[in-house]
Amino acid sequence: MKWRGLVVPSAVQLRELFWRAGKSAASSCKRALGVLASGLAVLGSWLAARLWSTSESSLIVTPLVLKLAARNLFHDPLRLIATIVGIVFSMVLVTVQMGLFLSFARTVTTMIDHTPAELWIMPLATKCFEDPSLLDERDRFRALSLEGVVEAVPMLVSFAQWRVPSGGTTPVLVVGTDLRKPGLLPWNIVAGDLDALSIPDAVAVDQTYFGRLGISGLGDSAEIRDQKAQVRLVTVGIRSFTTTPFVFTSLDRARSYTGTPPNKATYLLVRAASGTDVGRLQVRLNKTLDKAEALTPGEFSSRSRSFWLFSTGAGAALFAGALLGMIVGIVIVAQTLYSSTKDHLNEFATLRAIGSSSRYIHVVILIQAILSAIIGFGIAAAIGKLIVEVTATSALPVLMTPWLTAILFFLTIAMCILSATSAVMQIVRIDPATAFTR
Amino acid sequence: MTMPVLEAVDVVKFLGAGAGKVQALKGVTLSLAGGELVLLMGPSGSGKTTLLSVLGCILSPSEGSVRVCGHATTGLPPEELSKLRRDYIGFVFQSYHLFPTLAAIDNVWLALDVRGERARRAIPKAREALAIVGLSHKVNAFPLQLSSGEQQRVAIARAIVANPSIVLADEPTAALDSDNGYAIMSILAEIAKNLGRGVLVVTHDSRLLPFANRVVRIEDGHLVEARNGARTVNLSTG
Repeated sequence: MKWRGLVVPSAVQLRELFWRAGKSAASSCKRALGVLASGLAVLGSWLAARLWSTSESSLIVTPLVLKLAARNLFHDPLRLIATIVGIVFSMVLVTVQMGLFLSFARTVTTMIDHTPAELWIMPLATKCFEDPSLLDERDRFRALSLEGVVEAVPMLVSFAQWRVPSGGTTPVLVVGTDLRKPGLLPWNIVAGDLDALSIPDAVAVDQTYFGRLGISGLGDSAEIRDQKAQVRLVTVGIRSFTTTPFVFTSLDRARSYTGTPPNKATYLLVRAASGTDVGRLQVRLNKTLDKAEALTPGEFSSRSRSFWLFSTGAGAALFAGALLGMIVGIVIVAQTLYSSTKDHLNEFATLRAIGSSSRYIHVVILIQAILSAIIGFGIAAAIGKLIVEVTATSALPVLMTPWLTAILFFLTIAMCILSATSAVMQIVRIDPATAFTR
Repeated sequence: MTMPVLEAVDVVKFLGAGAGKVQALKGVTLSLAGGELVLLMGPSGSGKTTLLSVLGCILSPSEGSVRVCGHATTGLPPEELSKLRRDYIGFVFQSYHLFPTLAAIDNVWLALDVRGERARRAIPKAREALAIVGLSHKVNAFPLQLSSGEQQRVAIARAIVANPSIVLADEPTAALDSDNGYAIMSILAEIAKNLGRGVLVVTHDSRLLPFANRVVRIEDGHLVEARNGARTVNLSTG
């Protein structure tokens, strides 16, 4: 397919492309976590073997400060378990919160990201993709009257009640678009065909929501606003931030399902003529349109994300959860490191008496903290991998990327180092003279 | 005997504060020469350990001066005192204070590690120090696998491994039976043969007198007696 002189992939090719990209991203995240967990396990085994070998029997000599710190740490298994459990609990909580945040941030804009439009026209002050405000047909004509606008494809996004075949209703978000023009079409198709959406009463749903919609697959029927809706196409992984299922259909049928007048639409998807400066076109559109505005896909994504994650407090709640996890982790690790240091106070006093600098002892405590962090993170990463896999097909998947994994790793290290402060403060006050009196 | 490696002149030390403030040392003057083993004796509470702490650069004198191998310690901050300890002093404690999670060789290596000595050089030195105290066969044993006498030998090895000019021992035989006590003192006396090193042993055990070149007595914070010892013991670690 050619558009503005460019070879544009067909809907089927796009679907295939997105499906592969999604699969590749998901598998690379799983791989990253898997590689990290395996790497930590191998490193842990090697380190354990090194730390428990004697200086006499080794070809490679383990630094004594590392050996001392590790053995102090492992000297009391119960305390070590308490420390590790604290770190794991904290980091799993942070991982889930941040993974959900990432997942939400992506889900919020997934429909915008999959829509082939250079500009979106929407009612003024539209907050997000799901905003139910409507445009008038006149806005479309105004847009089309401007030089450089090739298409202004209407799209309807509106809530409706899906009558579950077994009884009861569930809210759905109906997405209607002109099937003959480039608009927002379902992707990640696992059953059925895009052409089938032209059949009367045809709808597309995501298999994630089969249970909620009371259906089991292709060919099943239900009712929306007392009108038949038959599943002719099934997708996978098209989830909504609000967990309300999306129902894709033609524009006319969407209007019918939602009781929207035929001259109304939620969005107009603008296609600009080849060589048009989209920025200038946006300015002209905004001058021309009365009660509507034109945004680039990036601006609309950003506005939607900002609304859902920050204005509604959803993002703040996730961050608060992550922060709480961090605080719990810091308190537990600080408490156990403090008590471990207190138990080894006599040894640290001896170290001071035999001439050790404060720095040497601080290094011992910091290594203890870092070793705890590495072990705790290794276990938390393994649990995180499990959670990512278990939630992969759910309505609320927890996402993990190599970047987030790296950030969480350094966050764990930072948390444990911060926790070591209380122990270090205790060491500052240590009196080497106590070595003579104990 | 040679030049003094440790000198204390009119040392006064106050401990505590306010109503609980006590004068633990009341003008102590003492010196320790290289190649000399001095016994510091006195009853409990006489100020022995306080004097040892001041001489060992763990406490600063309130008044008077202490010189360690020519370096004045008065007014030095804790890290500087720590450096003096690292460079010139080895300690032997009554309760050994070995690290239970480290093998004998690692306990000795620790004294070099805190001095920043690299493992490649430090480990052979630690092995050698353990050989000096007769523990070549126990280098990989952990403190709990060693007898009290052996633990104290490891502590002595740790004190001498960095070749300090001064070895300060606080009641090194107090927790040992007479045979082990004799063996430990023999090792300390052997160490004191080195003309560049002085050994000061705090004790209240009169059986150690034959090992001393000199004996000083402290009572109520004052040195009350200083006399030559009768070094009559055949000094051999065997």
